Amino acid sequence: MASEIIDLTAAELATKLAAKELSAEDATKAHLDRISEVDSDVRAFLAINEHALSTAREIDARRASGEKLGELAGVPLAVKDVLVTTDMPTTSGSKILEGWMSPYDATVVARCRQADLVPLGKTNMDEFAMGSSTEHSAYGPTRNPWNLDRIPGGSGGGSAAAVAAFEAPFALGSDTGGSIRQPAHVTGTVGFKPTYGAVSRYGAIALASSLDQVGPCSRTVLDSALLHDVIAGHDHHDSTSLTDQWPSMAAAAREGARAENLKGLRVGVVKQIQGDGFQQGVRDGFAKTLELLVAAGAEIVEIDAPHFEYAVAAYYLILPAEASSNLAKFDSVRFGLRVTPAGGGTVEDVMSATREAGFGPEVKRRIILGTYALSAGYYDAYYGSAQKVRTLIQRDFDAAFTQADILISPTAPTTAFAFGEKTKDPLEMYLNDVTTIPANLAGIPAMSIPVDVAAEDGLPVGLQLMAPARADDRLYRVSATIERMLEEAAGMPFYARAPKTPAKGGAK
Amino acid sequence: MSDISADTVRHLAHLARIDLSDDEVAHLTDELRVIVDNIAKVGEVATPDVPATSHPIPLSNVYREDVVADVLTQEQALSGAPEANDGRFTVSAILGEEQ
Repeated sequence: MASEIIDLTAAELATKLAAKELSAEDATKAHLDRISEVDSDVRAFLAINEHALSTAREIDARRASGEKLGELAGVPLAVKDVLVTTDMPTTSGSKILEGWMSPYDATVVARCRQADLVPLGKTNMDEFAMGSSTEHSAYGPTRNPWNLDRIPGGSGGGSAAAVAAFEAPFALGSDTGGSIRQPAHVTGTVGFKPTYGAVSRYGAIALASSLDQVGPCSRTVLDSALLHDVIAGHDHHDSTSLTDQWPSMAAAAREGARAENLKGLRVGVVKQIQGDGFQQGVRDGFAKTLELLVAAGAEIVEIDAPHFEYAVAAYYLILPAEASSNLAKFDSVRFGLRVTPAGGGTVEDVMSATREAGFGPEVKRRIILGTYALSAGYYDAYYGSAQKVRTLIQRDFDAAFTQADILISPTAPTTAFAFGEKTKDPLEMYLNDVTTIPANLAGIPAMSIPVDVAAEDGLPVGLQLMAPARADDRLYRVSATIERMLEEAAGMPFYARAPKTPAKGGAK
Repeated sequence: MSDISADTVRHLAHLARIDLSDDEVAHLTDELRVIVDNIAKVGEVATPDVPATSHPIPLSNVYREDVVADVLTQEQALSGAPEANDGRFTVSAILGEEQ
């Protein structure tokens, strides 16, 4: 019974819960049992919610009393540790916040609680979301459920791995340069970065404020859409929050899943983010997807985006600059760690000793880089120029979207790489984000869906889809059609190909 | 090549209030040189005629009425502090001996 429960999607769980065929308590217990069973290997969670079962029982009691509950009431959820929670510690993957309890919930977490989702626990991440592998987490890396010797992506490797390992049907993530999409790609799951401002960031510990966006992770397109509907919408606590009325993403996904074909859809393939430099299995998966799109009636358009080659450079100026400013709040005064040097010292000495002890190497690297980019005499050459590149990339997208309705690319240049492969050379880790960064710089919605398994290593390959700002529903509609076509071709949903027992060396 | 030296890194670390060890300074100096050499390419296309974008979705100033809204209580705000006393954050001396 338990293994049947964890196999269900969030949408399927919701249906059974509403029909009283399944209790929220049993749904929650099945996932907590799964976590007990596999998380000593996967290590997706930093904290487990000790109130999960009692929360689930309360939902069951309210349902039994005839109260009308939301569509997803009783469905379990994993929460990335970048989001502050009142009932579990929040660390953002850093020692500087070890054990810290927030006095308030992030708006997205509060909305999930209002929708009666059951938070299971907090998921691992690179420290302050700086990384593409979770190897920069101060609490050790998460492992990829497809092959425990491989990275689960980052920064949101914990949320993606939890979903891929059937420890939760869906999860909250955050995406500054690909932290939802790249983990989805390497774990064979779905991840969606909404339009900048579509989802509140109040209570999301800021990395780079002009890039950060919170979004859903799941095994299916519909599940991400359902969670997206819960968390999207204006929040007066976040001054970058858009006041738009959003259409239902779940309705768009359901409509897409019913669509017979993709006739009339113009699909742009961006020349600059695919091709020779990419791993063979990634290229093959992308080529197969293109064939499927053509067979479904889509029109393929080649897109030239000449400034994309400057995107990584611009990103690694803008992000460290904003991060160095955002992380100034970890000053040993208001929250988190305090380290007093031997013999005492001024508040400044305490601050410097605290930050030396509390921040990991990647965080220090980016703070120093950001401080450099913002310092007098360099500001125009670095930060100022990077902001101009941002304009040029937005113009590339504007031009592209006059020729195409959506843009596609492989989500990342390679499948899941091995631990330690890129940690020695920070620049190589940064270049890994080449495909995902442009969408953040332009603020547009983008997502990754699993499309193939690479022949050479048996690891998943994702397809990235991008749409104009505010056209999030278009992505759900199109990706749901592609997902259904792939499922028909394979005779099973993609997630059914994931190993049920995460193993070293990959699935046997 | 960038002009980053160990002294530059020490200065930046001071500005950023991080006590780096000599070993960390040495590593960061090498790494930052490589990184900055690579990201400096933004200058190739950032010509004077291109306006800067600070924010991906333009919004004008966001205001609200100047009334107390749903904010943290003093107790909540102090709840995570390493040290607090009498409704305030407690810190060590602001000024050193030489000041």
